[in-house]
Amino acid sequence: MYGNGRSYGDVCQNSSATLLFARGLNRFIQFDGSTGVLRCEAGVLLSEVLDLVVPRGWFLSVTPGTKFVTVGGAIANDVHGKNHHRAGSFGCHVRALELLRSDGSRITCTPTVNSEWFAATVGGLGLTGLITWAEIQLIPIASAYMTTEAHRFRNLDEFWSLGEKYEQQFSYTVAWVDCLAVGRSLGRGVYFIGEHAAEKKPSSSYRSKHRSVPIELPISIVNHASLALFNALYYNRPLSAQSKLEHYEPFFYPLDSIDKWNRIYGPKGFYQYQCVLPFANGKDGMETILKLIGQSGQGSFLAVLKTFGNIRSPGMLSFPRPGITLALDFPNKGEATHRLFSKLDQVVADSGGALYPAKDARMPGELFRSGFPAWAEFEKYCDPKFSSSFWRRVMKD
Amino acid sequence: MKRIVIFGGTSAIAECAARLWVARGCSVFLVGRNAEKVEAICDDLRVRAGPSQKIGSAVADLNDHEKHAALVKSAEDELGGLDVALIAHGSLPNQTECEKSVAQTLAEINTNALSVLSLLTVMANYFEPRGNGAIVAISSVAGDRGRKSNYVYGAAKGLVTLFMQGLRNRLAAKGVVVVTIKPGFVDTPMTKDFEKKGFLWAKPETIAAGIVQAEERRSDVVYLPWFWRYIMLIIRHIPERIFKRLSL
Ligand SMILES: Cc1cc2nc3c(=O)[nH]c(=O)nc-3n(C[C@H](O)[C@H](O)[C@H](O)COP(=O)(O)OP(=O)(O)OC[C@H]3O[C@@H](n4cnc5c(N)ncnc54)[C@H](O)[C@@H]3O)c2cc1C
Ligand SMILES: NC(=O)c1ccc[n+]([C@@H]2O[C@H](COP(=O)([O-])OP(=O)(O)OC[C@H]3O[C@@H](n4cnc5c(N)ncnc54)[C@H](OP(=O)(O)O)[C@@H]3O)[C@@H](O)[C@H]2O)c1
Repeated sequence: MYGNGRSYGDVCQNSSATLLFARGLNRFIQFDGSTGVLRCEAGVLLSEVLDLVVPRGWFLSVTPGTKFVTVGGAIANDVHGKNHHRAGSFGCHVRALELLRSDGSRITCTPTVNSEWFAATVGGLGLTGLITWAEIQLIPIASAYMTTEAHRFRNLDEFWSLGEKYEQQFSYTVAWVDCLAVGRSLGRGVYFIGEHAAEKKPSSSYRSKHRSVPIELPISIVNHASLALFNALYYNRPLSAQSKLEHYEPFFYPLDSIDKWNRIYGPKGFYQYQCVLPFANGKDGMETILKLIGQSGQGSFLAVLKTFGNIRSPGMLSFPRPGITLALDFPNKGEATHRLFSKLDQVVADSGGALYPAKDARMPGELFRSGFPAWAEFEKYCDPKFSSSFWRRVMKD
Repeated sequence: MKRIVIFGGTSAIAECAARLWVARGCSVFLVGRNAEKVEAICDDLRVRAGPSQKIGSAVADLNDHEKHAALVKSAEDELGGLDVALIAHGSLPNQTECEKSVAQTLAEINTNALSVLSLLTVMANYFEPRGNGAIVAISSVAGDRGRKSNYVYGAAKGLVTLFMQGLRNRLAAKGVVVVTIKPGFVDTPMTKDFEKKGFLWAKPETIAAGIVQAEERRSDVVYLPWFWRYIMLIIRHIPERIFKRLSL
């Protein structure tokens, strides 16, 4: 199953076998402008949903950091956004979906009807069958703008205390971390908060400055020197003490305005590493992880720290769970990168955490199974004719 | 805003065009033969449409030529008048089977040409006395020259192209525009059996955008994408004594 290929690894690949492209299922089915309930086919992009509903005063209840994902892909990875502490995962707002199995049968499932199929399919990595349509609940907004603030934090401790304060008050929180900082500055970064703006701005349609990386660069321009410089500049840039009003696009989707941004990593590409550590061991674990990354000098500018709240994800294999999550790109440096990943894996496993399948191309099967203990129960719901490169990889050893 | 009737409204190209028109505030009336598909597309368009736009439909096999006038009437009634007609239905014949069967050849000519000529005539007679309107029909680059690989289809499209040329001439002084759309290779269900690689293959969205623009600009003949005009210019000018030996 392939939605829009915005996963970083092989959950949407099926090497030496057939791949179904779901993007063609791109029709809306019904929208109720009074309740904010939208039913659409699973290949519709979140960007298409936003184009339709924002002018009518609605927004996605949960959105990942790119709007170029399909509704089906968002369900199959049970994606999360900057408001997880308030809203839970994407699946929490799916009211119903239809699953088409390879035997031709169709199962309409909701959190209460055929609920076991619902739980298997949300976060089900495209393995339970084809999601043909889904019905999602949207949230009302008064304008397309956001009030946002940014605050510097000098280390991890400050991050924790900012989090405690702001998560009470704001719907959207996320932090950028300087993954090269070590010692007393370990875990320094910038904390972003946001809220849908209350007042009605004359909703002039937003025009993003569209930029593109025109060619794949011959080598990765992300190296230690460029990164250290960039991170220091970014961390120290002047931040306004006041909140500002900005359109939702740059707030939620900063990378979407740079077409083919992945090309900056050159032909060897990059990996993303996203883990979640439960709160109990999270503080120590995250400190160890950031130390390991800082010492290695690897990593990249795109490093994001966020806490997941207590709202239960509806899927058997959903990634979001209470704890702290770190997402980070690593330019592919071969062996060195893999050695670092093994060390990080160890910390994740020791802390009782998990890695995010949507962002993974290399985790050992054992780590997948310890992070997602429901896998054995889940297997019963897998469609006998569906598989993926990811699934074969993590089930192999 | 414009009121548009689309024949063959379930075609991939037509569906994309309908979305673009609805996004511009137009009302549309779809005619297709598969009721389920027609309904799904109308649902989608209704979600996209604003409260003042109308979305209507009728289910009919367009090879029933006698029904054409009634279809136009119901589209007119539903939308409160008509400004544009898009004729988009068609089928891709199996050339080798047509060579063995006269019946099949004529059936394909009926779907791809005769039904279109009937609709063109009905629409022309609708718009002519009103002194306005646009008739847009999808022909094909295949109608520019007969080739052994698909001359049944090519002949049908060629007939449509030539007929529209005459119709344009007839209606030019009457304020009615006649727009001939000639797409090249398009990635749609019609071409599902082809290997679709390379720059010659366009997306239906691209063709649809070209159709909407051609109607707005009141163009005469439009190749989509534009480079087909030059490819076909060359192909049309190859001398027959050479062309007949080519494998195209
Ligand atoms: C810049 C960027 C930022 C991101 N930020 C976040 C973030 O903040 N939070 C987050 O959670 N994720 C994030 N992601 C990851 C992304 O949201 C997920 O990988 C998402 O699932 C991709 O959706 P897709 O439509 O591209 O699906 P694909 O990547 O093509 O597929 C994803 C999975 O869905 C399955 N699938 C797709 N369509 C269907 C269907 N119709 N029926 C059944 N299964 C289907 C596939 O088999 C696969 O397992 C980000 C990705 C990028 C590139
Ligand atoms: N695809 C290409 O490469 C290409 C190139 C040049 C020109 N064209 C032309 O573009 C137009 C649109 O085709 P497409 O590419 O969008 O393919 P498509 O999606 O297969 O559309 C063809 C449509 O015609 C409909 N149709 C066929 N016979 C009909 C009949 N007797 N009555 C009613 N409807 C009928 C089909 O209905 P069902 O859905 O019910 O089958 C289908 O919706 C056609 O005229 C085609 O010849 C296509």
